Amino acid sequence: MQALTSRAKPVERKPMTFVERLYLWNIFKGMMITLKHVFMKKPTINYPKETRPFSPVFRGLHVLNRDEEGRERCTACGLCAVACPAEAITMEAAERKNGEEHLYREEKYAARYEINMLRCIFCGLCEEACPKDAVYLSETFAPANYQRKGFIYGKPDLLIPHPKENPEEYKQALGNRANKQQQAN
Amino acid sequence: MAEEKKLFKVTIDNITIDVEPGTSILNAARMIGGDVAPPAMCYYSKLKGSGGKCRTCLVEVAAGSTADPRPMPKLVASCRTNVMDGMVVKNITSERVIDARAGVVEFLLLNHPLDCPICDQAGECHLQDLGYDHGKEGTRYEFGRRTFHKHDLGPYIQLHMTRCILCYRCVFTADQLTNKRVHGVLDRGDHAEIATYIEKSLDNDFIGNVIDVCPVGALTDKTFRFKNRVWFLKPVDAHRDCPKCSGKVTLWNRGDEVYRVTARKDQWGEVEDWICNECRFDKKLTSDWVIEGPTKVSRQSVISQGHYVGVKRPKETLGEVLEGRKPRLLMDIHDVSEVNKPNIELSKIAGPAHSDDFSKK
Repeated sequence: MQALTSRAKPVERKPMTFVERLYLWNIFKGMMITLKHVFMKKPTINYPKETRPFSPVFRGLHVLNRDEEGRERCTACGLCAVACPAEAITMEAAERKNGEEHLYREEKYAARYEINMLRCIFCGLCEEACPKDAVYLSETFAPANYQRKGFIYGKPDLLIPHPKENPEEYKQALGNRANKQQQAN
Repeated sequence: MAEEKKLFKVTIDNITIDVEPGTSILNAARMIGGDVAPPAMCYYSKLKGSGGKCRTCLVEVAAGSTADPRPMPKLVASCRTNVMDGMVVKNITSERVIDARAGVVEFLLLNHPLDCPICDQAGECHLQDLGYDHGKEGTRYEFGRRTFHKHDLGPYIQLHMTRCILCYRCVFTADQLTNKRVHGVLDRGDHAEIATYIEKSLDNDFIGNVIDVCPVGALTDKTFRFKNRVWFLKPVDAHRDCPKCSGKVTLWNRGDEVYRVTARKDQWGEVEDWICNECRFDKKLTSDWVIEGPTKVSRQSVISQGHYVGVKRPKETLGEVLEGRKPRLLMDIHDVSEVNKPNIELSKIAGPAHSDDFSKK
C-alpha cells in the first residue's frame, strides 16, 4: 500500500539489546528527567502572597475613583451607561446639597451607581467614555460568589478607599494605575 | 385680477429655488433643507425680531442680484439678510464661511463652562451639535471663564448663567408669549447676564417655553433637574385637552413614569406649538395624557440609542417548561439593586433629588 505522506515511519521490530533488557537503565533514564525538573524554574506561584504580573492592557474589576481630596469624581453623566454594550451600568443622580462639598466634586453626583457583573464583559468602554476619569478597570478579578445577587455591585463595592483617611488601601486599590497615569502625562 | 406675485430666484450652494420676496437667506436655505441650511443659535422662526446675534449663520454672497451682481464684501448673517432676485449664496461650498463659522464656535465656547456631564441639556443641546459639526478641536483660551452670582428663577426654571450664549430667545419669548416680562439681560459686555430685577420668580403661564427655546442648558426644567439623562428616556408624542394651550407635547418616559414634558420640536429644533406651564410642569402622570406614539428621533441623535425598534417582549417560557411549578431560585433584580426602586419615584419629586431622598426607605 502506498503511504499517504512521506513522514510515516515503519515500526522498528528489532529485538531489544542487553542494556534495554536490563530494564533498570530505562528507569534510571526516566528518573533523570524527573530530577532535571526539580532544578528547573517552577511555573507555579505562591498565589495569594505573590501575583502574576498583569498585561498592561488588563481590564479587571471596576473602581469608582476619587480625587486627591477624596471627593467622588462621578457626576452621573450616563456616558458609561450609554457606551456599555452589555447594558450593565445603571445610576441615579442627585444634586449636591450645601455642606456636602467635601463628598462630591461637582454639583451633581451619582447617588446610586450599580454595575451588574453578571452582564459586564469587561470591555473597558465605560472607562473610555468617562469624561471625568471617574470609572476605570483595575487589576483585580471580580471575586467568585455562590449566588447571583452577590454580583450586583453598588457604590460601596466600587468606590476606591479614601485617599486621606485610608492612604494605604487607596494606594493598593490604585495599583499600577498611578504610575501609568504619570507616564501618560 | 390680482397681480401675480413675482418670485425671486436665488441660488444657494448651486441649488436654485424660487422664493417670495422678503424671505431671508436662512429661510430660503431651509426650504432646500439638508446641509445647505446654515446653523442658527439665536434665530427662531417663531419669534419676531430674533436673530442677528450669534453669527453662526454667516454665509457668503457671491452675487448680490441680477441688477447688481457684485459680491458682498463681507460674510452676511443669513437670518437677517433678505434674498434678492438672482442672488448667489455660498454656504458649505465656501472656505471662508467654514473658517468663519469655526471661529464663531470658538468665540461662543470661550466662556462656556463645558460642564456637559452635569448639564441636563446634553444630548439635545444645539451648542454641542454646532461644536461637533462646525467647531475645531480644542481651545486657545487660557483665562478664567466668567462666573455669575446665582439667581433663583422660582420653582420651575433653573438658570445656569455660565452656560448662556446671550441669544435673547428667552427675552423674545417672554415678550411675545406673556403679557409681562420680568427677566431680561442686565449689564453689558462680559457682565451681561440673564436675570430678573430683583430676584423675582418667573411664574407666567407660558414662561416655561423659555426652556424649550434655550439653545444651550442655561434655562432648564427644575422639575426634571438631574433626574435622568435624555438619552435614557423614551420620547412619546401625546396630547391632552388643555384650555390654555394646544396640549400637544412630547412626553419623556422611562417605563410608565413621565419624567419630563416638552413641546414638540420640528427638524430645526424649534417648537411646533407653545405649551403652558400646567402641561409642562404639573401633568406628570401617564393617565393625564393621550399617547399618540413614539416621537421620530433622528438616527444620528444620541437620544435614539437603545430604542430598539419593533422589539416584541419575549414570551415567558419558564412556567411552560416547568409545567406550572414555580422555580425555586429566581432573582428579582429589585431585591438586590438599589437603582430604580419601585417605591422611589424620582419623577414625583418636585425638584432635583438630594441625598435624603435616597436615604429614606
